[in-house]
Amino acid sequence: MCTGHDTAPPSSSSRRGFLFTLGLALNVVAASLVGIPVIGYILGPVRLRSAQAWISLGPLQSFPEGQTRLATYENPFRVAWDGATANIPCWVRRIDSQRFQVFAINCAHLGCPVRWFAQSRLFMCPCHGGVYYEDGSRASGPPPRGLFEYEYRIQEGQLWVRGGQIPTLSEPA
Amino acid sequence: MNIKVWFRSIGHWFEDRTGLGAIVAVPMEHRVPRSTASWAYVFGSATLILFVLQIATGICLALVYIPSPDQAFESLEYLNYQAALGWYLRAVHFWGSNAMVLVMTLHMIQVFLWGAHKHPRELTWVAGVLLFLCTLGMAFTGQIMRWDQDAYWGLGLGASIAARVPFAGPELVHVMLGGPIVASRTLSRFFTLHVFVVPGLLIGLVGLHLWLVLRLGINEWPMPGRLVDRETYRKRYEAEVEKDGVRFFPDAARKDMVGMGVVVLAVLVCAAIFGPNGPNGVPNPTIIDTAPKPDFFFLALYALLALVPPRMEEVILLIGPVVAIGLLLALPFLAGTGEKHWRRRPVAVLGVILIVLTVVTLAALGLIVPWSPVMDAWSGLPTPTRFVKGRTPLELQGALVLQNKQCRNCHALGGEGGQRGPALDDVATRLTQDQLIRQVLQGGGNMPAYGKNLTPAEVNALVAFLKTLRPENQLPARTAMEAGTPGR
Repeated sequence: MCTGHDTAPPSSSSRRGFLFTLGLALNVVAASLVGIPVIGYILGPVRLRSAQAWISLGPLQSFPEGQTRLATYENPFRVAWDGATANIPCWVRRIDSQRFQVFAINCAHLGCPVRWFAQSRLFMCPCHGGVYYEDGSRASGPPPRGLFEYEYRIQEGQLWVRGGQIPTLSEPA
Repeated sequence: MNIKVWFRSIGHWFEDRTGLGAIVAVPMEHRVPRSTASWAYVFGSATLILFVLQIATGICLALVYIPSPDQAFESLEYLNYQAALGWYLRAVHFWGSNAMVLVMTLHMIQVFLWGAHKHPRELTWVAGVLLFLCTLGMAFTGQIMRWDQDAYWGLGLGASIAARVPFAGPELVHVMLGGPIVASRTLSRFFTLHVFVVPGLLIGLVGLHLWLVLRLGINEWPMPGRLVDRETYRKRYEAEVEKDGVRFFPDAARKDMVGMGVVVLAVLVCAAIFGPNGPNGVPNPTIIDTAPKPDFFFLALYALLALVPPRMEEVILLIGPVVAIGLLLALPFLAGTGEKHWRRRPVAVLGVILIVLTVVTLAALGLIVPWSPVMDAWSGLPTPTRFVKGRTPLELQGALVLQNKQCRNCHALGGEGGQRGPALDDVATRLTQDQLIRQVLQGGGNMPAYGKNLTPAEVNALVAFLKTLRPENQLPARTAMEAGTPGR
């Protein structure tokens, strides 16, 4: 074995140096052609604005005036194997015939499911004790804000909301 | 030819062709200080064997488990009730994970107290910290694999935390969940992390960790007053090994072998007696009658999130972990020389005690959850008779209001009910009638205002009842204007 040639850094003018550089370059190209799609694939879900769609919660009659009821919508972006996970609950408060409030189920603190107590007209969270008034505003506990509210509209006798994303502090519903 | 000779000749044949025995013998029989053959030094190898156990059982579970939201739960139920010994493998995997986190923590505390992180083993410690973090990552992602109610809402919790990261919050949530909401891609992502990515990292890091242990030697038993000096340490260590060294295997490894056997048997016994964990509750988000709770590794964090003042929450959630992990990684570079023995390192000992007590206390609180309303206290708990006996109709009406308006979800009466607010057994000794009315109507001090939710008649009755809540022979609360009259 000729150690002098093996240990010295290949000079680019020689044939060996050219092959080394070519080999390196080919592999860098190949690595980026693999790496860029992989990173793009993993980061694919970042696309933000398309994350919501209008979806019906059912006919208006199912929400009596002055009451707050649990409603369910199907995730508009569901896939065949989502199973029951595609059913997203939310709280619908009908103030009068035309005015509604649709609250996300997720507590504004850390996303646990809040429960409605009609007698005391409060939402309570089972995780860390956040409490909200019937209009969704924060009553007590750790939540930094009131309940997240979905945008809604009434069309053809149905109540529609813009849903499909988990509401968080940085992306309220 | 007897059987022993026969085996030996086969062994010789393999050794002649592969030469592996000679390679393995080098690390196995390398010399280590006699003082390292100690019961205090068994936790590292015990963690390693638990990791092997997790890999073996994990592979078996993956033969049946389906990482898809519509079938994950059913496939776990199938493992529990139908697949032959499926329940046992699930149980071993679960108890193995508990044991791995526990034993790894003991290992970490031991090496820290024995000063093993000091020069020249800085990188061994750093690799160990990364192993610890990866193991916690396995614990979290493993909990998601259960795909029950706790897993579903636990992901919501994770998303809510990730969303608070400044600038990149929403993007982080989407990358973590594999989309805008917890769904099939979320489970697939966590499955990939749990089964491919993090175990791969763990195997690599374990290799690095072991290589460093071999290269730099097992930490000798520290002596008070024998200081670590960058110039002299290695020479002194080599001299000690030279003078009074033993072979790692079998001399030093005997106790390790016993330790490994004991922890694995303990896991198997726990698995056989207590069985697998869950899955608890179908992962149907519309069933909201649930109080999600993490596995015990994260109970302390869960409790911390309920107890920190809201305005400090962001800081503790986002900066806390960075500082904590940064400190752990920087530790051998900040305190890499000097005294090794724990007796001469009071700050280190107190630090460990403080951290352990904090984590254990928080985890214990996480089990009791005194800050959570008891969601069914109002409908499920009886009013103790001593609080209704001899009361007027108005006061009894008030007792009903107290029950019907969910007051007991947060306030205990006779030791039963929520602990979010103060117990009401002696509320009349603390608040006067006017103060009671004000507190009920306006709330305050973490109590919602009930002004809009109670009629004047209900408030009247409720306060009349609350005024009766004081132990016998104790004065009711009174303002400075009134003179106290016993028995009034």
